[in-house]
Amino acid sequence: MRQYANVISAYIIMLFLIVLVGVFQSWNVALTILNFCLISAVMTMGANIQWGYAGLINFGIMGYTALGGLAAVLVSAAPVKEAWAAGGFEMIICLGIIVTMVFSIRYTLKKIDKSKKQNYIIATIIIVGLILLRVISGPATEHIEAINPAKTGFLGGLGMPILFSWIVGGLFAAGLAYIVGKVALGLRADYLAIATLLISEIVIAVIKHEDWLSRGVKNVIGLKRPVPYELDLQNSTWFINLVEKFYSRKLELIQSLSEKQVVLNQLVIDASSVYVKLCLAGLFLLVVIILLIITQKALYSPWGRMMRAIRDNEEAANAMGKNVVKEHLLIFILGSAVVGIAGAMMVTHDGLFTPGSYRPMRYTFLIWVMVIVGGSGNNFGAILGGFAVWFLWIESAPMALFLINFFTENLSDTNAIKVHLINSVPYFRFLTMGIGLLLIMRYKPRGILPEKIIKQ
Amino acid sequence: MDFINAILLLLNYIIVPALTYGSQLALGAIFVTLIYGILRFANFATGDMMSFGTMFSVLLTFYFQSLGINLGFLPTALITIPFAIVMMILYMLLVDKFVFSYYRIKKSPPVQLAMVSIGVMFVTQALVRIVIGPFDRRFLDGKKFILKATEFKEITGFNEGLTIKSTQMITIIITLVVVSILFWFLNKTKTGKSMRAYSDNEDLALLSGIDPNRVVMITWIIAGVLATIGGVLYGLDKSFKPFVYFNNMLPIFAAAIVGGIGNPFGAFLGGYVIAFAEILITYAYKKFFIYLLPEALEPDSLMQLLSTDYKFAVSFSILVIVLLFRPTGIFKGRVL
Repeated sequence: MRQYANVISAYIIMLFLIVLVGVFQSWNVALTILNFCLISAVMTMGANIQWGYAGLINFGIMGYTALGGLAAVLVSAAPVKEAWAAGGFEMIICLGIIVTMVFSIRYTLKKIDKSKKQNYIIATIIIVGLILLRVISGPATEHIEAINPAKTGFLGGLGMPILFSWIVGGLFAAGLAYIVGKVALGLRADYLAIATLLISEIVIAVIKHEDWLSRGVKNVIGLKRPVPYELDLQNSTWFINLVEKFYSRKLELIQSLSEKQVVLNQLVIDASSVYVKLCLAGLFLLVVIILLIITQKALYSPWGRMMRAIRDNEEAANAMGKNVVKEHLLIFILGSAVVGIAGAMMVTHDGLFTPGSYRPMRYTFLIWVMVIVGGSGNNFGAILGGFAVWFLWIESAPMALFLINFFTENLSDTNAIKVHLINSVPYFRFLTMGIGLLLIMRYKPRGILPEKIIKQ
Repeated sequence: MDFINAILLLLNYIIVPALTYGSQLALGAIFVTLIYGILRFANFATGDMMSFGTMFSVLLTFYFQSLGINLGFLPTALITIPFAIVMMILYMLLVDKFVFSYYRIKKSPPVQLAMVSIGVMFVTQALVRIVIGPFDRRFLDGKKFILKATEFKEITGFNEGLTIKSTQMITIIITLVVVSILFWFLNKTKTGKSMRAYSDNEDLALLSGIDPNRVVMITWIIAGVLATIGGVLYGLDKSFKPFVYFNNMLPIFAAAIVGGIGNPFGAFLGGYVIAFAEILITYAYKKFFIYLLPEALEPDSLMQLLSTDYKFAVSFSILVIVLLFRPTGIFKGRVL
């Protein structure tokens, strides 16, 4: 128990902070923060599997998150029948062409020796394939995008419950990670970082501009939720009764009946959004706990020991007969799949998919700050990092505002410097993150909860 | 006649813009490559450092404009560059002293330094946004065009016009001057040679009495000059927006790696390779073929390989291909 003292105290402090927000700001805000903390925790767990277990640097987290989000759209959006009629067949042919291209390239790589001939054959396959794709898909995409462009203009999804997309998102991300891993894992650490960063930008570019797939920057809104809607709750009697019972003491103090009804209505509206957020938080917490159990088991299994051995001394592990390349690829895929799940969870939470909002600052570098600050190689550390950094990210603007007001108290309200500073309050979060990261890297380079090796 | 029109078309829409964009990338790429070669880490704060330097230039331009100082037909920003460079170098040396030097002395692995540079990136980005805000700012003044399309058509009588913006001319000339001075410095002077020696083999360089602190300081000074000039030229040509500068880091990295990281000349050419590739692949060639081909063969479609939305994706794909087939870059840098 003693060895977990710092873990437990760190988590208690974190929960206390969130409760403080609930008391002083509102429970709605606190629960939103909690939900995003949980999603961030899943992302950091994915990044931690790659960086903490195996020392693989992946700056493409944004790309896998977006793919997870795309999965949410493709699984849960209602199918658009007219669009399928207009261009669905061509799109399936295109998919077939891509699959054929991949397999024929694989075949050439296997059957023909490495030579100029091989390169030429591969180049021909790619060029012919691209031309075919363009010729077939060009008119088809135009037809699909022409169908009711204000509302649909895309193929739509499968119309299944959005919870499925959490798995599908993981699979999508795993698929991308397989390709990226095959291409880039041989590179040295900092090049792997740059290559993955750039590949994630390509993924975002594709999602942003292929309107037939997910409406691109026109966004997909109104995705179905796995939890009840606020409006339904507000109209259902059991929920109103529940709220009435919960606040019975407060309501008893009010004398007049009409006033009581007004107060109750307001309470029901507040409570409905809190209830929805609580349901989501429960789902997210379930994912975090399942992942935590799996990752803890993996970390202290023989496999986890082997990964650490590979991380700490690649040559020695290789000499002991461990297939470093294969294991690296495997862990790259696993970590990315976890990030993909988080991406799908995020879209589920928001109920909308906005490709324009995927930016490396928010989805790649911030996650990395979380991993480093929390403690790489330690799952509890990674989750704590997700919580602490997300909390700071949200709350640093109010804190900066408070500090600015405190230090410029003597200046008049129209003072140019004060006005300027108050207007730029949102950007103080970058400053907090940067200084936080630099301080942690300097004075606690292994994070708040450092990696622990348990000797059996 | 049609042939000349087609050439003019290419010149106007591909060659001149690509040369300009390539020059801006080249300056950034040499900055990345120098830091990588001598300080041995991938600097993720590149784009934001460029925007930091440009920020001073923008602010000073506005100040000078309010004082009524200008350069006539040249943009006022050109006088502000030296001041901005001084501020930039001061900031870089401060950052090096308080952040990077600790890890350099400890001989931390490059990955850790790259992580630290992400911290610097966050801080720099915050400073820029707090001081000047995240908005789009134009600070170009003076004469806008050297050659206007309509004037060109009148003078020559061709169908196609040729437009040359003054910023394009300024960018290309300044880049060539700066890069020539830099290569002269690296190849001919004693300090430059000691820098190359340090980059090549640190231990051997130390053994022959090269002062590492001096080499590092001079590297940051050159980096400051390159970052500021590159940033200001980009800002003059397009506009100054911190987020765009952050994004520019990606093609700049691509240029540095394609050219062979650690090799300044490679980075210089890499900038143009990336710029030309981006523009060549995303340009719609319809008009070009209409000029060249007989009427029967004229194309109906846009004749565009990829839509312009994928501009960035092109440079990254080139990078991936280069990393796969020639990991040292086109012009033999370090082995990755």
